[in-house]
Amino acid sequence: MAQPASSSSSPPKSAVGDIGEPPQIRLQLMSNPQYLSGARELVGAVAKRLGFADEACGKIALAVDEALCNVIRHGYGRETNRPIWVSIWPLIEPGEQVSAAASKARGGGDTLPSALRIVIEDEARQVDPAVIRSRDLEEIRPGGLGVHIIKAVMDEVVYERREKVGMRLTMIKRRTPEADDHMDRSNCKEYGGG
Amino acid sequence: MADSSIRPGQFSSQEGAFAVRAEQRGGATVVLPTGEIDLNASPFLRQELKRIQTSRPQRLIVDLAGVPYMDSSGVATLVEAMQFARKNSTKLVLCGMQDKVRSIFEIARLETVFTIVPDVDAAMSV
Repeated sequence: MAQPASSSSSPPKSAVGDIGEPPQIRLQLMSNPQYLSGARELVGAVAKRLGFADEACGKIALAVDEALCNVIRHGYGRETNRPIWVSIWPLIEPGEQVSAAASKARGGGDTLPSALRIVIEDEARQVDPAVIRSRDLEEIRPGGLGVHIIKAVMDEVVYERREKVGMRLTMIKRRTPEADDHMDRSNCKEYGGG
Repeated sequence: MADSSIRPGQFSSQEGAFAVRAEQRGGATVVLPTGEIDLNASPFLRQELKRIQTSRPQRLIVDLAGVPYMDSSGVATLVEAMQFARKNSTKLVLCGMQDKVRSIFEIARLETVFTIVPDVDAAMSV
């Protein structure tokens, strides 16, 4: 699977904690809206497997959907053949990603992360991260809701320029304690849709 | 893609896994989208709503019972339909929202901007 151009030789660096290890999951997709449902289903199912409650899984999938939509529409101007990367790190503690050794030390596959870090990278034109913000919701008009929705459903959201080309969005969602009560691994649902 | 089995006054069209059906009921036009409304499906929904709204129905009901997921592109499509409806004195009512769909209207603070009722029967009388 291809790596983002600027991170092929070294791990990506993020404003939301250093990312010292490769992601547990890295998905590359083209900027075609046809693939949005698949990306939502993957991210939602992974979140469910990692112990997030149903509602949180839906929110995480929604945030990824909105982020990908923004890349497709605003970054790539609806071109359908440009690359987007979605990377996922389960975090044991905020700022600490799960390594194979750490997972083993905590009991292997039964370890539930305290948070999920999702990074979305592209090769679109770079913009000042300061101009990426929610619009005034008092103004009733179509469009412009994506950033507001992402910030509303995720715990941390940081936009930044990548080192050479494109933009990077880092999102963190923390798992709430009640998620454990709702967890039922034998009844995994899909979170792209219903 | 038109479905020839549909009676006059009704139509059904489909784009991939997403479909839109419309029917007349007691003077209202009821639109029934089926499937997830994301950036892939919303242009088709927008096109179908525009087509329906050119006939300037008195009451336009969008029954979302068959929509398990909607993102902001779907919300934007419905905002646009609402603005068009206001210009043409059409009463636009949304109904049948599943919880996941309702939550995005709440996040966008649009749940009070639209007229939202539980089902089509309620939408006929509101």
